[in-house]
Amino acid sequence: MTDLISMVVAKYNYWIYITLMMIGLYAIIAKNNLVKKIVGMNIFQTAIILFYVSISVKKGATIPILEHGHGPDAHHVVHAVDYINPLPHVLMLTAIVVGVATLGVALALAIRVYNNYNTLEEDKILAQIREK
Amino acid sequence: MKIIGLIITVTTGALLFYAAGDFPAWSDPASPASTYLSPHFIEKTMEETSVPNIVTAVLADYRGFDTMFETAVIFSAGVVCFFLLRISRREDEEPETRYYRHVLTGVTIQLKEGHEIPPSADFERIDSMWTPPDLIIKTGCRLLIPFVQLFALYVIAHGHHSPGGGFQGGVILGASVILFAISHDLRTAVRRMSEKLIGILCAAGVLIYAGTGALCLLLKLNFLDYSALAGVLHVDPITARSHGILIVEIGVGIAVLATMIWIYNNISSAGRYRQGL
Amino acid sequence: MIWPIDLAILTLVVVAAISALMVKDLLGASVLFGSYSFMMCLLWSIMGAVDVAFTEASVGAGVSTVLFVAAVFRTTRRTRD
Repeated sequence: MTDLISMVVAKYNYWIYITLMMIGLYAIIAKNNLVKKIVGMNIFQTAIILFYVSISVKKGATIPILEHGHGPDAHHVVHAVDYINPLPHVLMLTAIVVGVATLGVALALAIRVYNNYNTLEEDKILAQIREK
Repeated sequence: MKIIGLIITVTTGALLFYAAGDFPAWSDPASPASTYLSPHFIEKTMEETSVPNIVTAVLADYRGFDTMFETAVIFSAGVVCFFLLRISRREDEEPETRYYRHVLTGVTIQLKEGHEIPPSADFERIDSMWTPPDLIIKTGCRLLIPFVQLFALYVIAHGHHSPGGGFQGGVILGASVILFAISHDLRTAVRRMSEKLIGILCAAGVLIYAGTGALCLLLKLNFLDYSALAGVLHVDPITARSHGILIVEIGVGIAVLATMIWIYNNISSAGRYRQGL
Repeated sequence: MIWPIDLAILTLVVVAAISALMVKDLLGASVLFGSYSFMMCLLWSIMGAVDVAFTEASVGAGVSTVLFVAAVFRTTRRTRD
């Protein structure tokens, strides 16, 4: 029983990230509405960011901002085990901002599609294209 | 389509769950991601750049080349939104009746086709769906916006010592202008911050970033190696790296600020710049 | 870090994600997506990724939601799925 609990605690973050990623993937494939597809794309993206943030966590460590950087206590020795791994954070910080830029482009495309076909439903758009 | 999607999702999910068994245990200090490269950055950042926030130092200094192109991606997203949605004044048919509002008295007048108003500062053009802004919302936002902007400037300037930096500060600055556009209307916001200014700021941010790198190149060191700026700034090379990060973050902030407003303006009015949200 | 809070927020995140995709109103979907982003931000600040959480709070929960609402305002609220 304790083995099971420790296994769950050790892995649940990864399971949730897989679940969220699959929810997003399903929405991108199977949802009919374009805005719902964009929401799915963003959920997929945040799931991957969750994965990257999860692998950077260290037990017993603090946030990656060095203590006593300046001032009277400066220049003491920094131990790597005391601070969370900052590299995944850097990768994901830019990914979030690029994510909102792609979101803007995707919504602009959705508005153009709506202006042309007067609907956001994928099957109706395809039917209108086939009629032409 | 739903069944195919479900099959694909369940299969991929099952494979990933199977693979998750091989991942290192969560919050394990000895996991591969935390052992090879990151100790070097954690231990050496302070003496090499004198920036306590490791994330900022790695973002703008060690990985500066990458962040420069991220800024370029954001700039191009703004340009793409502009080209996808913006309707030029020639193609956009002007509505037959136009509405003007006398600023001092609040009287609204309607002009039919062919009539012109004498040019004066007393009248402002309004949309046909225009409603007077609610007093509580208008006053509340007017009080709030200066503090939001001040906080954004603090976030940019204090990114070396606390969470924050150019990306976050730029987004908050952009959000304050968007708040102004929502609480008043889009015409008023565009009158304060014209489209031309937004475009110039957007390009200027990327130019500041790339220009800092090029300046380092001219001062006979590598591209984006800020220690070359030591002679220009009259500080030692380590402090120069800290100051170089600040300059670059300001460039990122300007580019992100302009892009957020540009995307919002185009999306909320579908490229017409009137009848906004 | 406190693992019961972590577990509770993780569950809420999944609930918010599923309901954002299930609800039959696009305005509701965008607001639920905003709450999803904000809970993600809480999760990351629990894990110690303060910079990432700050970015997500300003970008994901702030500007993204505004852009979604603006796009829904320009198109339509109704949807079949």
